[in-house]
Amino acid sequence: MNFLVCIKQVPGTTQVKIDPKTNTLVREGVESIINPFDAYAIEEGVRLKERASGTCTVLTMGPPQAEQALRDAVSVGADNAILISDRAFAGSDTWATAQVLATAVSKVKDFDLVICGRQSIDGDTGQVAPEMAEKLCLPFVSYVSKVEEIKPGYIRVQRLVEDGHEVVECPLPAVISVTKEINTPRLPSLRGMMKAKSLKPTVWTNQDLQVPADKVGVAGSATRVVKIFFPQRTRKSAMITGTPEEQVDKLVAKLKETKLI
Amino acid sequence: MNYFFNEQQEMVRSLARRIAEEKVLPRRAELDESEEFPWDIIREMAAADLFRVFIPEKYDGLGGGTLDLCLVVEELSRACSGVAICYAATALGAIPIIEHGTEAQKQKYLPDIAAGKRLTGFALTESGAGSDAAAIRTQAVKDVDGYSITGTKQFITNGGEAEIYTVIAITDRAKGIRGASAFIVEKGAEGFTFGKKEKKMGIRASATRELIFKNCRVPPENLLGREGFGFIITMKTLDRSRPGVAAQALGIAQGALEAAVDYSSQRHQFGHPISAIQAVQHILANMATDVEAARSLLYAACHTIDSGSKDFTEESAMAKVFASDVAMRVTTDAAQVFGGAGYMRDYPIEKMMRDAKITQIYEGANQVLRNAIALDLLKRKGRRQ
Repeated sequence: MNFLVCIKQVPGTTQVKIDPKTNTLVREGVESIINPFDAYAIEEGVRLKERASGTCTVLTMGPPQAEQALRDAVSVGADNAILISDRAFAGSDTWATAQVLATAVSKVKDFDLVICGRQSIDGDTGQVAPEMAEKLCLPFVSYVSKVEEIKPGYIRVQRLVEDGHEVVECPLPAVISVTKEINTPRLPSLRGMMKAKSLKPTVWTNQDLQVPADKVGVAGSATRVVKIFFPQRTRKSAMITGTPEEQVDKLVAKLKETKLI
Repeated sequence: MNYFFNEQQEMVRSLARRIAEEKVLPRRAELDESEEFPWDIIREMAAADLFRVFIPEKYDGLGGGTLDLCLVVEELSRACSGVAICYAATALGAIPIIEHGTEAQKQKYLPDIAAGKRLTGFALTESGAGSDAAAIRTQAVKDVDGYSITGTKQFITNGGEAEIYTVIAITDRAKGIRGASAFIVEKGAEGFTFGKKEKKMGIRASATRELIFKNCRVPPENLLGREGFGFIITMKTLDRSRPGVAAQALGIAQGALEAAVDYSSQRHQFGHPISAIQAVQHILANMATDVEAARSLLYAACHTIDSGSKDFTEESAMAKVFASDVAMRVTTDAAQVFGGAGYMRDYPIEKMMRDAKITQIYEGANQVLRNAIALDLLKRKGRRQ
């Protein structure tokens, strides 16, 4: 069976800066990593191909430097890598990104399951996986925390819900998004690192994918970022004075007044 | 200092460091306390291909040299030399097979060692034969279908946990040390059992046991090299493995140095960090200089070995003697920098001191190795005259 894992390269820090002119993330000088949730998706793809014997192909859409994310995926066991990169894709929102990924996934043709991380840590929307499934007309299961059984044409998974988990059966091919409960990603192996070093990923541009110009990039995006800003933090403080008894009374009165108790 | 590693060495080093920091460090104190063999970490190292580093490519290894091996041992020892020695002792046990094994022996054992499926051990020492290796009493008697080994080996690293052992036994007592031979003996062989697990001062995550042979059956194809070659195989194996002990010592010293530097800037006395006190700074400077000198000597010895040199007894002994003495001195000084805290088991320094001591003792006590260095020196002087 063949597994496809969609990953995203994200800034390796929570200290993101935003360019006030373009409203986009400042990526210069910030180390890039594989989106942490996608690391679980890669691990699951590798485990499933070991279990059900087959291949695990990892694909990412991004600028040329996203190749490093593909190398890292190969160093932990992915077999093949596809980089989807074209200036035409720049500025895509989740809808346009899902369109490009769906086109790429259908171009791969021979796959049984597409695995994604539950969301990215930069955009944090969690929308791309379900949108892609929709565009591919494939069933989708989100928040998968365990693959109970898999065989050609069939998968049974556990998905996390607020107060427990659901067991979902689903025909294949399908798309799933996984949570961090699903596995513990392995460390790279030396053989994997060597394979990654000499890796030449397949590169697909829009020449290869032929997504209509009005479906990708800014033009194909259903949303537009109007403004990105850090929330203003306001802090007010008041000193409560008096004897301890008086202080307690004043504090309780204050808490009641602000409806905290 | 730039040591000009090649790409593979950089890779090996960074991965070993990652394993040491992510997998070994969090369990260091617990393993020292429980003296539990770190099988889970061994499996992680195997999955990361670390056991492939020192095995030739033909047998599923990565064909790395002594330097590659030493980089792994150094990085692991920087976190915990008890864990590191389980790995290094497997390299020690594999060396006789790599260097002196037949094609069939290599095919049979090396791929499993490379995959980390089976660990190895090297069995020379006996209760009456330590530095005086020629005094071994374990005997291998040849009969119609192989050999029958009887005797007891002592203080064998990885004993009981490893599955493949190189065992040195006497096949012809009349010939003295030229009557010793080397055998591959597998765990589970008839007549082969293990004695008690030793309780050690340091490197407590590692296992050290007696190997007990009572008419242990060994097939003829398990003889390494030829009969009578046991002592030569031993000496050549230890020449090749000793840099590993130096790397272990170096890693311990590096770990102690880093811990001492960190502590000296956190610990306040007289209103400032103790790192502001020149007396402390000089201790740290001496520690750092010693560590770097040991590293330079070790890497130079490794390059000598890896460049295909035939005789490197002296280089390998010098690296081991120097690095192990440095490890003892640096860990002792680190404990001094830590003061009372360094004496407490809540801090890692006392463990490092305990771990350092063994590096001056095993795989050739430093005094014995100084004899070897002096012998080479004087031989050269003799040749000049």
